[in-house]
Amino acid sequence: MIRLSIFTQIHEWLYSLMPASSAHILELVLIAAAYLGIFAILGLLLVWLERRVAGFFQLRLGPNRVGPIGLFQTIADALKLVSKELTGTVKADHFLYGAAPYFIITTALMAMALIPFSQEIHAFDINIGVFFIASVSSVGVVGIFLAGWASNNKYSLIGGMRTGIQMISYELSIGMVIVTMTTLAGTLQISELIEMQRNGWFIIQGHFPAILAFMIFMIAGTAESNRVPFDLVEAESELGAGFHTEYSGMNFAYFFLAEFVNLFIISSIAVVLFFGGWLAPFGITDGLHIPFIGLFWFGLKVTAIIFIFMWFRWTFPRFRIDQLLTLEWKYLLPINMVNIVVMALMVWLGLIIKF
Amino acid sequence: MERIIFYILSIIIVVFAGLSVVNRNIMRSIIYLLFVLLAFAGLYFMMEFNFLGAVQMTVYAGGIIVLYINSIMLVERINSPLDVAKLWRRILAGVISVAGAIMALFAIWSYDFTEVGDESSITIQDVGKSVLNYGEHGYILPFEVISMLLLAAMVGAIVIAKTKKRNAN
Repeated sequence: MIRLSIFTQIHEWLYSLMPASSAHILELVLIAAAYLGIFAILGLLLVWLERRVAGFFQLRLGPNRVGPIGLFQTIADALKLVSKELTGTVKADHFLYGAAPYFIITTALMAMALIPFSQEIHAFDINIGVFFIASVSSVGVVGIFLAGWASNNKYSLIGGMRTGIQMISYELSIGMVIVTMTTLAGTLQISELIEMQRNGWFIIQGHFPAILAFMIFMIAGTAESNRVPFDLVEAESELGAGFHTEYSGMNFAYFFLAEFVNLFIISSIAVVLFFGGWLAPFGITDGLHIPFIGLFWFGLKVTAIIFIFMWFRWTFPRFRIDQLLTLEWKYLLPINMVNIVVMALMVWLGLIIKF
Repeated sequence: MERIIFYILSIIIVVFAGLSVVNRNIMRSIIYLLFVLLAFAGLYFMMEFNFLGAVQMTVYAGGIIVLYINSIMLVERINSPLDVAKLWRRILAGVISVAGAIMALFAIWSYDFTEVGDESSITIQDVGKSVLNYGEHGYILPFEVISMLLLAAMVGAIVIAKTKKRNAN
């Protein structure tokens, strides 16, 4: 694998400095710290982006006072949240109440490790790739259930149950979309998935069934990250703030950050599965040796997908819980099942577009 | 390094398995069980059984535990600790557990374990081929199809047994 020279340099410098085993452990710690940093920065950036996009759609400016175009507004908000007192309910189950945010944070971080920021910046290229992300994020539901239950608050409990049901249902759709695209690709490893799209992205290679799968993925992804129009979790008019009503200060910020990082993860999966990951469109920058060019293309594509998700948020009204479940179990699931068969037929008969 | 991780995971498994049995708060028992299952997934990942580890996380941690939580929420009095059983029952349970543990340990010790070298990790392609295999250790796909049939039968039974909604005028 080609590595960026800076990472290779750090790697060699560490190994020259100390024995191999301790250098290995130190490297693992450094990577973990780097990912924690990415996690925090991404969360803050996405919150800022959300507010700017909201302003754009509502014909106002959004945050624009702190720093250039309001970039430091969310950092100021985060500082405020850190300095806040942590309050809790007396009759709550304190162990589970405290543990719940960490379930969500940990699963989001574990999924982050799989995200291919570019060819070089890819921490964990396991051979079951996309399936690993899906399986890790299925554990995150437990955190939301716990937060809802351990708060000892009726609104929280209802919010938690709603999310749990919603996320379990829509996980199915995401899993099936992954199966559809895997049928086309023949692999689950993320680096191989991207490499196979060098001659045309999967959304072009798989044409009709791939586009259908992408549409389903966008719907299911919105539901999976608990965003409008599927944000029954924290339907303000009904439930206060849903499962995190009783959380304050940094514990609340964890939920908030994890929500946005999950949005980023969902968008990254979409980019990897449909839009060629860090590959340049039509290979326009393939010959040039620009540093961090993969990161640039990946960032651009993910930002575009995130913008669509935010567009959804400020466009559609909220669903009712029965409508939400009907949509998944009566429409998306059968469409998905047929779609898998169609995709398999396409691959079998060689009807996919290859350049 | 691997040895240390193995011992950490083993301690997690033993300690939390014990805690999940003795804890009187049913919700906490489930969370301790979740830790046990996740540690098992960790063991699988350590042995490079990546697919098995991911399935362990999806099915047990993500599926079964969520199912448990859902069904426990339907149970009354989840906030109050469970009743302690009668003395003779506790003694009986203890005797049976110790007997079971001795049996399991005896079976483990009498089995002749062979050391497995560093095998290359099992890829998803291998898994797919063995699912469709019709030789020895094969016929997994038909087995899974039968389980789908059972699921369909269960859903059908629920639909038939469900009382019809009364038309409230």
